[in-house]
Amino acid sequence: MAYDKFNILTSTAVPLPLENVDTDQIIPARFLKATERKGFGDNLFRDWRYNGDDTPKEDFVLNNPIYSGKILVGGKNFGSGSSREHAAWAVYDYGFRCVVSSFFADIFKNNCLNIGVLPVQVSPEFSEQIFNAIYEDANTEIEVNLPEQTITIKSTGAQESFDINSYKKENMLNGFDDIDYLQNMKGEIETFANGLML
Amino acid sequence: MSKTLFDKVWDSHVVRKIEGGPDVFFIDRHFIHEVTSPVAFLGLKNRGLSVLYPERTFATADHNTPTINQHLPVEDPLSANQLKALEDNSNEYGISHWGLGHKKNGIVHVVGPENGITFPGATIVCGDSHTSTHGAFGAIAFGIGTSEVEMVLSTQCIMQPKPKKMRINVNGQLGKGVTPKDVALYIISKLTTSGATGYFVEYAGDVFENMTMEGRMTVCNLSIEMGARGGMIAPDETTFDYLKDKPLSPKGDAWDTAVAHWKTLKTEADATFDKELTFSASDIEPMITYGTNPGMGIGISNNIPDADTVEGGVATYKKSLDYMGYAENDSMLGKKIDYVFLGSCTNGRIEDFRAFASIVKGKQKADHVTAWLVPGSHEVEDKIKEEGLLDIITEAGFVLRQPGCSACLAMNDDKIPAGKYAVSTSNRNFEGRQGPGSRTLLASPLVAAAAAVTGVVTDPRDLL
Ligand code: SF4
Repeated sequence: MAYDKFNILTSTAVPLPLENVDTDQIIPARFLKATERKGFGDNLFRDWRYNGDDTPKEDFVLNNPIYSGKILVGGKNFGSGSSREHAAWAVYDYGFRCVVSSFFADIFKNNCLNIGVLPVQVSPEFSEQIFNAIYEDANTEIEVNLPEQTITIKSTGAQESFDINSYKKENMLNGFDDIDYLQNMKGEIETFANGLML
Repeated sequence: MSKTLFDKVWDSHVVRKIEGGPDVFFIDRHFIHEVTSPVAFLGLKNRGLSVLYPERTFATADHNTPTINQHLPVEDPLSANQLKALEDNSNEYGISHWGLGHKKNGIVHVVGPENGITFPGATIVCGDSHTSTHGAFGAIAFGIGTSEVEMVLSTQCIMQPKPKKMRINVNGQLGKGVTPKDVALYIISKLTTSGATGYFVEYAGDVFENMTMEGRMTVCNLSIEMGARGGMIAPDETTFDYLKDKPLSPKGDAWDTAVAHWKTLKTEADATFDKELTFSASDIEPMITYGTNPGMGIGISNNIPDADTVEGGVATYKKSLDYMGYAENDSMLGKKIDYVFLGSCTNGRIEDFRAFASIVKGKQKADHVTAWLVPGSHEVEDKIKEEGLLDIITEAGFVLRQPGCSACLAMNDDKIPAGKYAVSTSNRNFEGRQGPGSRTLLASPLVAAAAAVTGVVTDPRDLL
C-alpha cells in the first residue's frame, strides 16, 4: 500500500516513557478482526486509553490535550511481541509518522519501514533529553530530517544522527515499497526457484 | 570463511544482494491464517497481482476460531468474515486450505511440522511471530508483517538484512520436573525480552541434542520472546525420524537425497558467532513468570526480585507488579490462581498433554479453577483419545476442547476475565494478552497441572 513520502518532519511530540511497550498494548488482539486496513487508529493503545466502559482514561498521555503531534517518543524496547503489522497501522492511522526510541523490537521496526512510519533510534541520553524537553515545554518541536539522517530538539538545538539503510531511505523519501522493487525482478526469482530441490 | 548452520541456510536463499540494503530472500514455505492475511490479499487485488507459487503457501484457520461446537456456524460476525475471506482467497488463488472442521485443521505451527511441510534447511515465514517454532528442524523461520505476506504471495521473496548470529549453549542434565519450556523461560529471564534483538539464535549443547522434536519446537517457539528473530537447532537423527513418512515429507529416493543434504546442515567447528552464551542445565528449575513480559520469570521456589536488583526502569517494573497485584519479595508458591490454560503452539502438542496427565492422574481439579485444555490440532486431539489420556483428564474433572489458538491471544471467546490469574502454557504474559485485565503466569504443562489440582502455584516436583 502506497504511503506519503517522508522528507523533513517538524512537529511537537507525544511522550510515552515506558519500557517494553508491546504490540498487544499498541493494538489488542480483539481489534484485529478487520479484513480491511481501516480505522486502527481509534484503537491505538486501546486498554491504556479507555476504561472498560469506553470512557477515556484521564491519565493516559493520548488523552492529555497538552500533548499532540506527529512524533511518538517511546521508551526502550518499543514494539516487542507480536508480528501484527496492525500495530504499525494503528500508529500511522492515528497520525504519527515517526516513532523515536532508544531501542526497537525488530519486527515492529521492519513493519514501520514497510508502511511509511519512520523508526528513529537514538541514544539513551538523547532519548532522555527529548523527554526532558517535552516535559519542560509541551510545545517543543522536534525536527526529523530524513535526507540528512538527523533528529534535532528545536528548543535546545541538541542534535543526533540516526541510521537507516540506503535502500529503505530511498523508499521512504519516494513513498515506494518493497513490492514495487520485487515485481521488477520476477525473472531472476523464477530462475532461482527452478534451481531448488524442494 | 567457515559457516554456521544459519549462514548455510541463509546464504543459499539469497536471490540478490542490494548494496547498502537488505537481501532479496527466497521463501520455501509460507503459512497464512485468517487474521494477518486478508489485507495482504486485498493489496494483491488492488495492484492486480497474482500468487506466484500457490503450492508454497499453506492456509489454516486458527487465531480466532471457537474451541467448542466447531460444527456450528461461527457466531461472531467479524471472525466469521475473516474465516470466509481466508477460504475465498485460498480458493481463488489455488492455495491449500485447512479451514475450521477440516481434519488437518489446527494451529499453524503445530500442523506445519505434523504434516512434513516444515523441513531442515528451509526458509519459512508466516504472519505470526512464533513462526520461529519451525527452527527446531534446522530451518530459518520467522514472523513477518502483512506487507511482507503480500510480498511472499506475489513474489515468494521478502527483503531482509541478514541478522547477527548468537549461539546459546546449554549443557548437562535437566533435573526432575524441568521441561523444555523451563529451559526457554530460564534463558529469557537471563537475556531479558530484548537481549537477542537483532540476532538469530542457534541452540547447541547436549540439552538440545537430547530433546525430542516437540521439546525443540517449544524452545525455538520462544526465541522471539528474547527479541531474537528466530532460533534454530541443527537437524539430526531425531529430526529425520520425526519427519520420515509424514504426509508431505519427500518419499523414496527424494527422501534419501534430502537426508544426505540435511546432514550437511551443521555449524562448522571453527565458525564464529557475534555472541555466544553458555548455561548449565543443573541451574534450571521449573520456572514461572510473575510480571507482564516473558523475561520476568523465576525459578518456582524463588521470590519476586527487588526493584533495585532488576535491570531497566524501576517505574516500568513497579507498574508491572501493580498490574499483577504482586509485591517485591513475594513467594510465588501458594499464590491463588483462577484459570489454567494448557495449549498454544508453545505447549499444545501430545507430549504436553502427556505431561499434564501425568500429574492430574488420580487427582481432582481444584473446585475454584476453570481449566481450558486445548489441543494444538485434530491430530493431537486424536492422539489424546487413542492414548487414553482423555479418560485420565476426564476422571480428574477436566474437559477437552477443540483445537485452535484460544486463550493464547484471546481473540475468540476464551478470554480470562479482568483481574483473574491464569497459569498458562502459552508464550506471552503481556497486560491483557489473555483478555482485558487478565493476569498471566507463564509456565510449563507440569506447573500448569500442579496448579490446576491444588488451586495455587505449586512446585510440580512435589507431585511427581
Ligand atoms: S497459539 Fe498463540 S502464538 Fe501460537 S500461532 Fe496461535 S496466537 Fe500465535
